[in-house]
Amino acid sequence: MAGNMGRALISLPAKAKRGDVIEIRAMIAHPMETGFRPDSQGRLVARDIVNRFECLFEGEQVFACDLFPAMSANPYLSFTMRADMSGELVFRWRDDSGALSEEKRRIEVE
Amino acid sequence: MTQNPSPLPSYTPTRRQMIAAGTGFAALMLAPSAQATTQEMEKAILAFTGGVKPRESRVTVDIPVLLESGASVPTKVSVESAMQGDDFVTSLALFNEKNPQPNVAVFHFSARSGQATAQTRIRLGDSQKIVAVAKMRDGSYYMGAIEVIVTLPACAEDA
Repeated sequence: MAGNMGRALISLPAKAKRGDVIEIRAMIAHPMETGFRPDSQGRLVARDIVNRFECLFEGEQVFACDLFPAMSANPYLSFTMRADMSGELVFRWRDDSGALSEEKRRIEVE
Repeated sequence: MTQNPSPLPSYTPTRRQMIAAGTGFAALMLAPSAQATTQEMEKAILAFTGGVKPRESRVTVDIPVLLESGASVPTKVSVESAMQGDDFVTSLALFNEKNPQPNVAVFHFSARSGQATAQTRIRLGDSQKIVAVAKMRDGSYYMGAIEVIVTLPACAEDA
C-alpha cells in the first residue's frame, strides 16, 4: 500500500448455500483526485484515481470494474456472485500511481 | 407615440457594451471545454459499442431523481438477463453528459456473476442524463437512461 491508497472494507456473507447468488460489497479509502480540481494557487491538482478493481474466486475473475474520475471518493462497488463451492476471494485495487492494494476473504458454501 | 423621432433607430453600441459582449462571447467559447456534451456522450457510447446504436430496452439505471449533493450519488444498474448462453451480459458501461468527461465506469461480469447488476457511488457536476449500455455475448447492445436533478454539484464542493 502506498500513496493515496487507504484502508479497504469488504462485506460478504461468511456462509452461503450452494447455488445462492450472494452480494459482495467492497470499498477503499482513496481521494479519487479527478485532475480537474484547482488547488488554492489555482493550479490543477494532478489526477490520481483508482482506475481498476478486480475480484477473483480461486484465481478466476468474478467481477471487474474500470473506474473514471466521475466515481466518488472512497470508491464503493457492490456486485453479485453465484456460490458454487467454498474458496478464497481476492480483491484488488490499482491507482494511477501504480499502487496496488489486495485483500483476501474466505467463503464457506454448504 | 411620437417620442421616437426615427422609426428605425440605428443601434450603435458603446465601447463598454462591446467589451461586455466580448467577455460574454469568450465565456461561451470556454464553457464547452469545461464539460462533456450530449454529442461527446454519444461518441463515447459509440466507441464502447463499436459504432452500433444500442436498443432502448432491458437496462435499468436507478438513481434518486432529486439529489441534494452530487458528490456521492448512489447508483444502481441492472440488466434483465438469464446470464446463461447467448443471453449473457459481458460488460455494462455507465455514461454521463455534463461532467468533464463522459465516462463513469465499466463493469465486467463473468459466468460466476449470477446476475448482471452492480451498485456504486458517482459524482455528478450538474443536473443531467445518465446512460447505461449493456454489451451482450451475442454482440448486441441495450441501453437505459435516467434524468436526475442535482441541487449542489460535485465540483462546487471542496474535496
